[in-house]
Amino acid sequence: MSQSLLTTGGQPASRAAPSAQARRHHGKWLAHWALAPALAFFLAFWLLPFVQLMVMGAGADSSSGEPGYWAVLTHRQYLFSLLVTVLLSLAVAVLAVVIAAICGCFLARNHFFGRSLLLSMLTFPLAFPGVVVGFLVIMLGGRQGLSAQLGQLLASERWTFAYSLTGLFIGYLYFSIPRVIMTVMAACEKLDTSLEEAARSLGANSWRVIADVLIPGIRPALISTGAICFATSMGAFGTAFTLGTRINVVPMAIYGEFTNYANFAMSAALSVLLGAVTWLALAMARRLSADASLGGA
Amino acid sequence: MKSTFATLPQVAHREPVRIRLRQCARTFAGRQGQHTALHPLDLAVEPGETLVLLGPSGCGKTTTLRIISGLEQPDAGGEVWFGDEQVTHLPIEKRDVGMVFQNYALFPNMNVAANIGYGLKIRGYSAEVIRQRTGEMVDMVHLQGLEQRAIHELSGGQKQRVALARAMAVQPRVLLFDEPLAALDAKLRDRLRIDIGQLLRQLGITAVYVTHDQAEAMALGDRIAVMEKGRIAQLGTPQQIYHQPATAFVADFIGTVNRFAILGRGQGSLQVTGGGLPSDYQGDASLLYCRPEDVRICTDDEPVAVRGRVIQRFFLGQSQRLLVDTGAAEPLQVDSSSRQHWQVGDAISLSVPADALFAITGNQTQPHAGEKAESAAGSST
Repeated sequence: MSQSLLTTGGQPASRAAPSAQARRHHGKWLAHWALAPALAFFLAFWLLPFVQLMVMGAGADSSSGEPGYWAVLTHRQYLFSLLVTVLLSLAVAVLAVVIAAICGCFLARNHFFGRSLLLSMLTFPLAFPGVVVGFLVIMLGGRQGLSAQLGQLLASERWTFAYSLTGLFIGYLYFSIPRVIMTVMAACEKLDTSLEEAARSLGANSWRVIADVLIPGIRPALISTGAICFATSMGAFGTAFTLGTRINVVPMAIYGEFTNYANFAMSAALSVLLGAVTWLALAMARRLSADASLGGA
Repeated sequence: MKSTFATLPQVAHREPVRIRLRQCARTFAGRQGQHTALHPLDLAVEPGETLVLLGPSGCGKTTTLRIISGLEQPDAGGEVWFGDEQVTHLPIEKRDVGMVFQNYALFPNMNVAANIGYGLKIRGYSAEVIRQRTGEMVDMVHLQGLEQRAIHELSGGQKQRVALARAMAVQPRVLLFDEPLAALDAKLRDRLRIDIGQLLRQLGITAVYVTHDQAEAMALGDRIAVMEKGRIAQLGTPQQIYHQPATAFVADFIGTVNRFAILGRGQGSLQVTGGGLPSDYQGDASLLYCRPEDVRICTDDEPVAVRGRVIQRFFLGQSQRLLVDTGAAEPLQVDSSSRQHWQVGDAISLSVPADALFAITGNQTQPHAGEKAESAAGSST
């Protein structure tokens, strides 16, 4: 840009041009060098360990002697663990999005007494580590939990669910919902209200407005926040650890292989696969929500 | 300019309906107590008429439109009638109105054809009927070939045409426009204004059109309601509004006015600051008004004239506006041919034909003092 401006100025400008170019060249190099610390950091703390992890995953599994990746894909125990984790995370993401979309839109559209207090309470779970969430689930559905006491009272049996898949599901849902609500609220507030008014003027009732305007409008937000939920649930460890569930979700399996059996190849292979699945889900969501937002621009 | 809209399809052959508002007020509860957006209002829009609600922002014009549409409810006691049917408590989706918004409000997840056909789809028409009717509407607003386009691929003018077609596809009882041209650039705005005007005349549908643009109001309105602070300041034809403004606010808002304070009365003339005006005005008003285009530049030897000095000049293309200091509180604004050469500092003699002078009998006589300078510079907007 600046070069074209200079050259139109005739002779003196064309003489000035090389030096300006040189200066710019110099500036570019400086900028590249400024990136060096970041690059070094990336190499040292991300790329090198990760490559090593990937290589390690190809090493021999200590129980079967097969390469780690192969062992994961051929042994029922690991495959099942991977499948359960994916299904659980998927279910959590879907339900969290459904519940939070309804609440988020309601909160974005309605102003009532105590709304801001409710909002700040909703963000509270975001601050809890997984351990605390697990603890809360135990207090709710554990052997001495509320549900157990209620069951004792009503049916003389302790209703416990904290240590099952249900407990995990509730715990995951608990820390997923606030995230989604916040994102949905932001998307909903950004939505042009005249779109809804236009739909209504054409005869659309509330359900049609929701189906034809509201949901398409917040679709990109729903997809991306759902994907984040999925990713968080895939990698959640604290809650599963606290609940000591019989079902071995992948992060727990990694922990077990690593600390209990020093089976480094297996834990590395599981880690890489967990990362790959999550990364794939996020990439798909990015593509989907980009398509959706293109239609919604 | 010829309209770009093609011959009209058989879409609007419905008996036009009369809109009546009875004692419609609207009060909003805010943090600083109650805010009255609209004082109790009685208004009738005749069948087939285009009524323009004109006024500055915050005057209540949009609130009035929203009450007619059903997006807003009047305060208790207010009534909205479409013909013989009271629709006060009918929500917008049951009122059968067509609405065109300033920001188009097209559904981004649907293409042009789906947008236009949306209302028909809601009403449960068969795919064949929807396809045919949509085709007719596309022809009418001249968007042939764009049916499958996504909304974000359209220009602003095309978007508003889609919005227009969408609103009319369902043959509404009433068409409502909320500043539909405000987001378009000047050239497109003129073009679409002409098209909309022609369409409204041909369709003969009852329409209410909200705008803050006086040129748009005069071009489109069979009648104009000039609104100020939640009240109608004047309701009348564009000619009445322009030539016989009821209040100083109306006179000021529509075009520009010059004010003459009457200092004394002579034989067939009035004494004003800077000289005299030929007039046999007998009324008791102390202020008389005229439009800048009615001020005549006359020769120095004219017996009765106002004399002053040119203090500023704005070249407007088709004319030029001179600001003339006559010693009065505010300078006179004079339109003259753009080919005349006037310089700042030139002495000038002015006269106003007797029939171009008018008195304002409305309740608010004094215009807003702070707006003097702005209205002088931006008078032709």
